[in-house]
Amino acid sequence: MATTEAAPAAKVGAIPSFEVTVRIRRYDPERDSAPHWEDYKVQVHGTDRILDALHKVKWEQDGSLTFRRSCAHGVCGSDAMRINGVNRLACKSLLKDLDPSKPITVEPIKGLPVEKDLVVDMEPFFQSYREVMPFLITSGHEPTKERLQSAHDRERFDDTTKCILCAACTSSCPVFWTDGQYFGPAAIVNAHRFIFDSRDEGADLRLEVLNDREGVWRCRTTFNCSEACPRGIQITKAIAEVKQALLTRKV
Amino acid sequence: MTAVQSTPGPSDAIDAPRSPYRRSKPTRTNFELYAWLFMRMSGVLLVVLVLGHLFINLMLGDGIHQVDFAFVAGKWASPFWKVWDLAMLWLAMLHGTNGVRTIINDYAERNGTRFWLKMGLYAAFTLTVVLGTLVIFTFDPCPIGADPALLPEFCPAR
Ligand code: HEM
Ligand code: FES
Repeated sequence: MATTEAAPAAKVGAIPSFEVTVRIRRYDPERDSAPHWEDYKVQVHGTDRILDALHKVKWEQDGSLTFRRSCAHGVCGSDAMRINGVNRLACKSLLKDLDPSKPITVEPIKGLPVEKDLVVDMEPFFQSYREVMPFLITSGHEPTKERLQSAHDRERFDDTTKCILCAACTSSCPVFWTDGQYFGPAAIVNAHRFIFDSRDEGADLRLEVLNDREGVWRCRTTFNCSEACPRGIQITKAIAEVKQALLTRKV
Repeated sequence: MTAVQSTPGPSDAIDAPRSPYRRSKPTRTNFELYAWLFMRMSGVLLVVLVLGHLFINLMLGDGIHQVDFAFVAGKWASPFWKVWDLAMLWLAMLHGTNGVRTIINDYAERNGTRFWLKMGLYAAFTLTVVLGTLVIFTFDPCPIGADPALLPEFCPAR
């Protein structure tokens, strides 16, 4: 690793800069018959993220590199990708946490159709998300003000409200990889968010959806999803709670 | 403009058969729930049955050297061991078959392959369970004309 300080008398607290090789899985449907690896050398700072390295490649070396990002701060969930073999948000993966002496591999998330380079078709993911009815279901009179809820009741599903739908979990799940029919962790997390919400009355409907052949019972507790989640949601635990609710018919 | 698009579809880049995307029809039964529950409950029972079986056959007495026709015949003379072995046979077969069914569901990509693999599995299950059950219930510990030295002590031929 060559450290190229800007000046010999480097200022205290100056950010070190070094060169890394980013190995990106490229695929252009208009030219390539199959995806292939491409290496790019970029000069980066110790404070940079994978997203900054990708920007450098796109802005300075190859403008055709295609990937999604929007907020660049881990909120929108656009830039989930497989970095050194694990699902991460490019905007939340610091280069200093990776080994810069080896090429850093960047691939599209697995199990979803690749459209171009790092962009995948998210439709299968959102289709199962829509099937769990991720919206408030109530009956009776509409309150004139907000629907009140105790802090304790809110706490019950707090963890699963954090999902940003980046698909890092679902595309890390080996059961989802197999035939893509499994609802996947993200859909279950978002069902959990409403099933355990005291203001919601659609728990039975959602539990019935997840009792399906492709529902929670396909989960094999591999914990890949919990490990992949950029928001630190305890996904495997949430799935277990949905299984529990189905077994006891109690939420 | 007659711009003919001849771009290969994205499906060329996918490992798994995923495009066009179609979700399979929803099911409205509790089958997978009970299958899941059964795996855990039979697992707990199998720990007791299998470890007990191994301990009694291989550890107690002369250990592995005691296992011969007379030993098995002696055990199956008691209804207790008949029930034990029958429960072990049925639970292990149901548990193992359901486990392999799960694996087939995971790995088979085409519906036809999936169907035929499962048919083979269920045929093997039926054959093993029927034969095993038959042996446990129709077993004759004292077959006529056998070498008396090999028979258990309670046989009249000894
Ligand atoms: C010693 C006691 C046993 C216990 C506690 C046990 C427990 C379990 C559990 C809990 C599962 C479900 C795993 C999941 O859903 O992710 C499982 C799966 C399985 N079991 Fe057992 N089991 C035992 C013995 C056996 C035996 C004797 C066989 C073979 C006849 C067997 C074959 C399988 C197979 C093929 C699977 C599916 C593997 C998979 O889902 O990936 N097990 N076992
Ligand atoms: S760009 Fe918005 S989550 Fe990373």
